[in-house]
Amino acid sequence: MRVEKGLLYTENHEWLKVEGDKAYIGITDYAQEHLGDIVFVELPEVDAEFDADEGIAVIESVKAVSSVYTPVACTILEVNEELEGAPELLNEDCYANWIALISIKDMDGLNKLMDAEAYEAFCAEQEE
Amino acid sequence: MMSKLIFEKSVPGSNTFSLPSCEVQETLEIPADFMRNEELKLPEVSEVEAVRHFTELSKKAYGVDSGFYPLGSCTMKYNPKVGEWAARLPGFANIHPYQPEETVQGALELIYEMEKMCCEIAGMDRFTLQPAAGAHGEMTGVMIIKAYHKKRGDEKRTKILVPDSAHGTNPATANVVGFDVVEVKSNSRGLVDIEDLKAKMNDEVAGLMLTNPNTLGLFEEEIVTIASIVHEGGGLLYYDGANLNAIMGVCRPGDMGFDIVHLNLHKTFATPHGGGGPGAGPVGVKAHLAEFLPVPVIEKKGDKYVLDYDRPMSIGKVKNFYGNFGVVVKAYTYIKALGRDGLKDVAYNAVLNANYLRHHLSKYYHIPYNRLCKHEFIANSKFQLDKSGITTMDIAKRLLDYGYHPPTVYFPLIVNEALMIEPTETESKERLDGFIKAMAEIAREAEEEPEKVKNAPHTTVVKRIDEVGAARNPIVKWEAGK
Amino acid sequence: MMKYTPNPPQVAEEMLRSIGLNSFDDLFADIPEEVKLKRELDLPAGLSEIEVRRELINKARKNITVDEYPCFLGAGAYDHFVPAAVDQILLRSEFYTAYTPYQPEISQGILQSIFEYQTMICQLTGLEVSNASMYDGGTALAEACQVASSGKAKKIIVPDTIHPENLAILKTYAWSGKFSLEVVPGQNGFMDVEAMLGRIDKDTAGVIVQQPNFYGLLESGIEKLGEKVHQNKGLLIMSVDPISLALLKSPAEYGADIAVGDGQVLGNNLSFGGPYLGFFAATEKLLRKIPGRIVGQSVDSEGKRAFVLTLQAREQHIRREKASSNICSNQALCALAATIYLSLIGPKGLKDIAVRSHQMAVYAKNELIKKGFKLKYEGPFFREFAVKMDNPREMNRRLLQHGIIGGYELKGAMLLAFTEKRTKDEIDKLIAVLGGENDE
Repeated sequence: MRVEKGLLYTENHEWLKVEGDKAYIGITDYAQEHLGDIVFVELPEVDAEFDADEGIAVIESVKAVSSVYTPVACTILEVNEELEGAPELLNEDCYANWIALISIKDMDGLNKLMDAEAYEAFCAEQEE
Repeated sequence: MMSKLIFEKSVPGSNTFSLPSCEVQETLEIPADFMRNEELKLPEVSEVEAVRHFTELSKKAYGVDSGFYPLGSCTMKYNPKVGEWAARLPGFANIHPYQPEETVQGALELIYEMEKMCCEIAGMDRFTLQPAAGAHGEMTGVMIIKAYHKKRGDEKRTKILVPDSAHGTNPATANVVGFDVVEVKSNSRGLVDIEDLKAKMNDEVAGLMLTNPNTLGLFEEEIVTIASIVHEGGGLLYYDGANLNAIMGVCRPGDMGFDIVHLNLHKTFATPHGGGGPGAGPVGVKAHLAEFLPVPVIEKKGDKYVLDYDRPMSIGKVKNFYGNFGVVVKAYTYIKALGRDGLKDVAYNAVLNANYLRHHLSKYYHIPYNRLCKHEFIANSKFQLDKSGITTMDIAKRLLDYGYHPPTVYFPLIVNEALMIEPTETESKERLDGFIKAMAEIAREAEEEPEKVKNAPHTTVVKRIDEVGAARNPIVKWEAGK
Repeated sequence: MMKYTPNPPQVAEEMLRSIGLNSFDDLFADIPEEVKLKRELDLPAGLSEIEVRRELINKARKNITVDEYPCFLGAGAYDHFVPAAVDQILLRSEFYTAYTPYQPEISQGILQSIFEYQTMICQLTGLEVSNASMYDGGTALAEACQVASSGKAKKIIVPDTIHPENLAILKTYAWSGKFSLEVVPGQNGFMDVEAMLGRIDKDTAGVIVQQPNFYGLLESGIEKLGEKVHQNKGLLIMSVDPISLALLKSPAEYGADIAVGDGQVLGNNLSFGGPYLGFFAATEKLLRKIPGRIVGQSVDSEGKRAFVLTLQAREQHIRREKASSNICSNQALCALAATIYLSLIGPKGLKDIAVRSHQMAVYAKNELIKKGFKLKYEGPFFREFAVKMDNPREMNRRLLQHGIIGGYELKGAMLLAFTEKRTKDEIDKLIAVLGGENDE
């Protein structure tokens, strides 16, 4: 399982790449591996607003379905439309293929997220 | 050989269907605005080619009549032919639902008697036969739970408790009827964790949905305690009748404390599954909930049977007309044929067959809860997976080569790599022994020639199918030239 | 007594011993004594097949069938012709004794038949996708409302000219579930298009139109409703009669997003109201939102065309408490009947049936008017219309005495339905009795 340095992680297996008050959000290697072959990604609408811990996208595989939650209140700035035609990109490289670019409304909300090391430890614990 | 689609067999002009000649030749009185412009593209085939087409398709299907079908939680028992005969009697098949009551007394009488028999078997006071399937019955039942609390002004009850081993329809039903779902954990014995239930039962809980025997095939031994926890907390107890086959004539949901039940006529009462339907999911209630049943109910006035729509507290209608009457006729025929002793005999043999398989398969497969079960039990591929990477799916596919329909796989979710096996009472010892032998052989293959199992099936008309591709780029209809 | 447990007692005992148990009651040792039924079920003893058949025949005989008396009842269930070949195929037990086709390698026949069914439903409705069928037309309509209201808008606008049982089902589902219903009263048997247009706003999830409506009439103004609801990001939901679609504009031609209806008329017996099937078709855009089973085309590991249940992530067994529908079956055998029926009848046959049904209705209407009867509602109709009379119940009684099953009783009128099975003689007799002739 791959964990990329420099990103922030949630317990729900999302990653955030923060740039100023914006962030790219995607799913981790742990998540894509557990989902299996991803067949569909339901993306949010641009300009849609979400509270912290609300689902912004839905990812479907053949055997499972999972929501992508934003850990912080946000507005959707951009979505990765490429995923609509090629959901398998999330299996191929989940860190290169973000799901949405969000504008963060509450920067303090980022404090509860894990760094790469903490997340790796968290995943190891989950596997036990 | 792969079958051509009926559309690919179309030959213009080959269909010779005709109507009787007729003196009525009125001109159409439909203005052009309402008329179809789009060409109607249906296949054009002769009767003989149509019949051959579907006969060919039938040969690429597998039913209970084809062989052993140990599909857990689905109760794939033999479907007696007399039921098919009965439902096709013109007096049942060719009556319109809105005919005057005096012209359908036989049909109403049958429904009325069926209700009484369901009440006795389940230990309830009233039944509606309107729901079309088990899931539809659940929905009706949970609506009744909602109506009950609403009438009492107790509308803070917005949650439904569901065990983590439950079939997916239970939480989905609760959601569709507007409840939040709270999962109750199973304990190490595979039963409802009483402490967890106590912790989650409060005045926001409308009820508990439970299957007993549960989806692991185990009887919830503490059912009386479970019932009193829910009732004392002000909730209602819902019985998912998916597994009633194991206990018919031995014990009844009503006596266990359940307030509402649904039965699956297509499981317990041997009506055929039809390749996915039609079934029927009658719902029974205790007397204090009878006022909420869907309309109409059938009453007997003097020696006449009548439809009663005048029930102000009813949840209303859940389906057009009176439910899947044709299915009810088959189930009625079955109960009449077996009678009180026959039904009990069903439960005894269903449980015997399940335990026989469990006992003898435990030599080859891991059985997570290896003790007395009811109508079904869970095995898994743990031994084979650890040793040679053989999954439950591989075992299921290899069974196809041996001529068996595989068990239910990957359910319940609380057991990894589950194989859920339900033989039913209609299998002989010879059949069960044959299945045990095939499973033993697959266990041997898994060890000695794992590739053979991993690449199964080898003998079917198609090999393993690309499900990922099907879901990524869905093609759900035929189009000319594609 | 009939028994389907094949092991004779000595074999059952041998099995019992082989698993280390002594008595049959040991099989139930895990059931607490206090909940055991300590008596026999209070049911009759079992019967032999001879007795069972005698009893069923006696019950069936108490009903008057549409074969014995010509039937002018419609109102959602119709006495159309069913070719003999339909039931002969349905009796292939590989079809009717199978479960849902979860194991595609041994279920290609069923999967292919459903794929063909889906294609035919798309061809009839003009829409791009179809599921594998649902319980009936009424519940399919309720499920359509659930799809429409899966976003923030929750309001469904429905005219009271749809089938009253469908409306009743919608009310039940709306009360318990997640959409709200606004019922708009019709005028002179038609929906009030202006009033409905006035109700459409940003909170509108969908607008329902039934074509032909409950009174058999052809509704106008559907396109206008479609345009307005689309402007407000809601859906146009149409409930349609599949036989009529051979002749009438398809839901797609009206701009509908979802089309539902009852498929009973396609090769299924009346059977006192069920089992029938509900069909559910939609635009491509809604494919991943529609409820129920869907069969897709794929390939096997050798590249051969193969069919498989697909898009299962929508369904309850995966989505559990997040599922927007709890359905986990279809009416597969009824849908198979529809597929066989449409194959036997063909496109021309279906149109002939639609035309003949309409002509019979027009003939009856003209004859009734000649006799001085008045229609309850004026306007174009398909195969059903309402004729005014003071006491329809009394009239139905009189018809029955003359060996005719009359129409559906409305307030001060009778709704009469006509199919290709009716003959000129039957209609002439109906009108004679309605007109007070033949009285003894």
